[in-house]
Amino acid sequence: MSKLATRIKETATSVRSRIQRKGKPTLSFPLRSLSNVKYHPKKGFFELKGKKKTRTLTVATVKTFAQTLRMMSQAKTLVEDDEIMTKREAYYVSKNWDEARFDEQPESDTVIDDIEALFQVNREQLGFIPEEKGGEIAGKLIVIDREPDSGKPLRIDCTKFGSGAYSIPISVEHLKFETKAKFILAVETAGMFQRLVKHGYWRTANCILVSMGGVPTRACRRFIRRLADELKLPVYAFVDCDPYGMFNIYRTLKVGSGNAAHINRYFCVPTATFLGVTPQDIVDYKLPTHPLKEIDIKRATDALKNDPFVQHYQPWRDAIKQLLDMGVRAEQQAFAVHNLNYVIEHYLPEKLAASKKFLP
Amino acid sequence: MGKAGKKRVKKKTKTVKKKTTAKKKRPSTRKSKPEAKKPEKVVEEIASRELKIHATAEDMARRQREISVAEFFTKNRHLLGFDNPRKALLTTIKEGVDNSLDACEEGGIPPDVKVVITPSEDEDRFRVTIEDNGPGVLKKQIPKIFAKLLYGSKFHRLKMSRGQQGIGISAAGMYGQLTTGKPIAITSKISRNKPAHYYELEIDTKRNEPRIIVDEQIDWPVRRGTKVEIELEARFQKGRQSVEEYLEQTAIANPHVSLEFVTPDGETKLYERASKELPVETKEIKPHPYGVELGVLIKMLHDTKARTLQSFLHSDFSRISSRVAKMICEQAKVSERSRPSRIARQEANNLFKAINNTKIMNPPTDCLSPIGEELIRAGLKKQIEADFYTSVTRPPSVYRGNPFQIEAGLAYGGSLPGDKLARVLRYANRVPLLYQQSACAITRSVLTTGWRNYALQQSAGALPTGPLIIMVHMASVWVPFTSESKEAVAHYPEIVKEVRLALQECGRHLAVFIRRRRKAAESERKKAYIHKYIPHIAIALREMLELSDRQEKTIVTQLTDVLERSRT
Repeated sequence: MSKLATRIKETATSVRSRIQRKGKPTLSFPLRSLSNVKYHPKKGFFELKGKKKTRTLTVATVKTFAQTLRMMSQAKTLVEDDEIMTKREAYYVSKNWDEARFDEQPESDTVIDDIEALFQVNREQLGFIPEEKGGEIAGKLIVIDREPDSGKPLRIDCTKFGSGAYSIPISVEHLKFETKAKFILAVETAGMFQRLVKHGYWRTANCILVSMGGVPTRACRRFIRRLADELKLPVYAFVDCDPYGMFNIYRTLKVGSGNAAHINRYFCVPTATFLGVTPQDIVDYKLPTHPLKEIDIKRATDALKNDPFVQHYQPWRDAIKQLLDMGVRAEQQAFAVHNLNYVIEHYLPEKLAASKKFLP
Repeated sequence: MGKAGKKRVKKKTKTVKKKTTAKKKRPSTRKSKPEAKKPEKVVEEIASRELKIHATAEDMARRQREISVAEFFTKNRHLLGFDNPRKALLTTIKEGVDNSLDACEEGGIPPDVKVVITPSEDEDRFRVTIEDNGPGVLKKQIPKIFAKLLYGSKFHRLKMSRGQQGIGISAAGMYGQLTTGKPIAITSKISRNKPAHYYELEIDTKRNEPRIIVDEQIDWPVRRGTKVEIELEARFQKGRQSVEEYLEQTAIANPHVSLEFVTPDGETKLYERASKELPVETKEIKPHPYGVELGVLIKMLHDTKARTLQSFLHSDFSRISSRVAKMICEQAKVSERSRPSRIARQEANNLFKAINNTKIMNPPTDCLSPIGEELIRAGLKKQIEADFYTSVTRPPSVYRGNPFQIEAGLAYGGSLPGDKLARVLRYANRVPLLYQQSACAITRSVLTTGWRNYALQQSAGALPTGPLIIMVHMASVWVPFTSESKEAVAHYPEIVKEVRLALQECGRHLAVFIRRRRKAAESERKKAYIHKYIPHIAIALREMLELSDRQEKTIVTQLTDVLERSRT
């Protein structure tokens, strides 16, 4: 029996023995929020501070409690059978549970996240996989996967997708890599990624391009992390100059999120740095801007106040203050104002020339 | 019905004196005469106008004559509650029963009242019999009490009773006489040893005097009592504002009364007494100075037997001590030793102002006999099947110098319809008020009470919604009705306020009950809820720990035990 299955069984036993002693069984989970993480500069990611929430079985919690235990039982089966199940499938399986069924998928997703946190593992290890796409890769990288049927090694050359790209699979732990690239460029939007692929930027810059498509998924973060760790490549993030690009996308990529704090150690890229677009770039490159929206201002002030990562880095605090003072934001496509390929011909090379000055 | 002439008189207030000479004339002739007269007059006037010959003062004087009260009410029967055949039936029974109850209570006898409605040969006619076990009516008083309007004992005193005016029962008799030509029949016996008297009476409407048709002694096998029989044009109906509703509501507010009702179909309904306790006999009071108007004051000054102004004020009003009387005189700049009958109008006016500027104690309240909180609940329980009953008797209060007291009761839940507006039962001196609900001060108070504070639903400006009956009783020596038919209480701010305070207190009791019940339901719901999910916990544990079915069942039992204990 795998170690994880044993741990699940141990938890179940403790619940049962508590019931046998006429007590109210409890399950305790690490609190998953920004208030319960601290930034660990040496380790480079958000770490749990140890606040826990204890779910005691009471009248009010009996439904969730029952659902959590049934989902745990499901996970144990998956682990033992080495099977996987998407989160959507897990939701449908619960339809067999009569009154304990989930009415909406977000309910079952939350329970899965709870179990994941309970055992301090990622859900893929429990056999639950997401539906979401993991992000796309183009450039000088060879991914060594296995053929699903035979398990024979399969070499995938990411330079051979033409105008398309390689899709990061949901689970990336078994992959191996070979590359001669110098760095990894993680791009926020699929549009910018397309422009860079079309003009073969990975060839000119000798790099691996990653399209994150907004906030990077766990698989995407894990994939980049493994590339960074195993190939010893620097990772540069190229996102919009607004609080969302800086903190929801870049911060999550680099140090992880509050919600996934229990697994951040695997799902973040501590070595990543921020290429742009910075508030100073708006000035330097005379970019067209939009005024900051109310939500942007709120995000920025929240980050100053509550985000342990921002609080740790003076340059970031300065950048936010500068952005707030300017009162504007700019998108990475804004370079098109000068020339469609201005970003390839001028911006990226100029920035990369001084990669030491990137925001941490 | 009431034999106590006094009582009757007051209520009904048939004060007009009857003259026996009126016997010969037929009522119908009388009636037709006044009617005929008017048209004549009109024709005359038109004719004279056309001829441009104007009436002289002499012409007019020839047509000017006294109008008898009876004639007036013949033409204005709606003022007394005889607007239509349906209402006439109810009013007749109401007047009879009210009289009976007043008489029995004044005589200290627990009332047994029997109401019988028998169909007559004509489809639209009924014979109404109201019989009581009260003290009976003296033979010589019978004609005046039952066949003379505004004659009675209740008008001239300030005492809490159902009847106030002395109009009711004689007006009912007159209505019967007008619509069927049949006299009102009275049987009365005042003691076991005395014979019963049977009278048939008509009203001489022109002179407002009784006319005796039959006067004989008969055998009546009861100890004492009064029986009134009236044949009238009427319509019998069930449901709202029906005789039955009136009797049922009477039974609620008068739990010491036993009522028997025989419908035209021969069906008998019994409303049994829930309490043997008679209402406390109330005291008669003198008028309170704040409630007296200038004209009344002048009349009282004229009529008093007191020799000096000071003693007049002291003896003819309540709550005026000699000292206060002197103060009033001083303020009015009138000598306290002057003779009341010599007081001039201007002086009277000063006196009136002085009275209202002087602080005078509230009137005594031993003149009021509330039903009492306990008996209100008993009455509601007797007639209404509900889950919760509450009641409140407010301390006495005063409007325009008249003492009054408000009581309220609520019945909630049980068989009452939950999706309809609450029903309001209004009472004045224990008499149900069935008509003109919207014109009544009581209704106003119910509407302006914030029932939502008491866990009930209420749309703006409407009665609350829910399985609720709201009962309000106003007890007073003089209930300020909006009309002679006594259907709605006038809007005195003091009354509206007292009713609202009583309702609010009842509402608080009700809210406690409703919230407690909701809580119980909630806990019941929770119990069902935990029973739904506990088995799943056991299933999951069985799957993970590979338990047997028996072990799974044990977990369910143990867990149920833990959770159910924890709910308390």
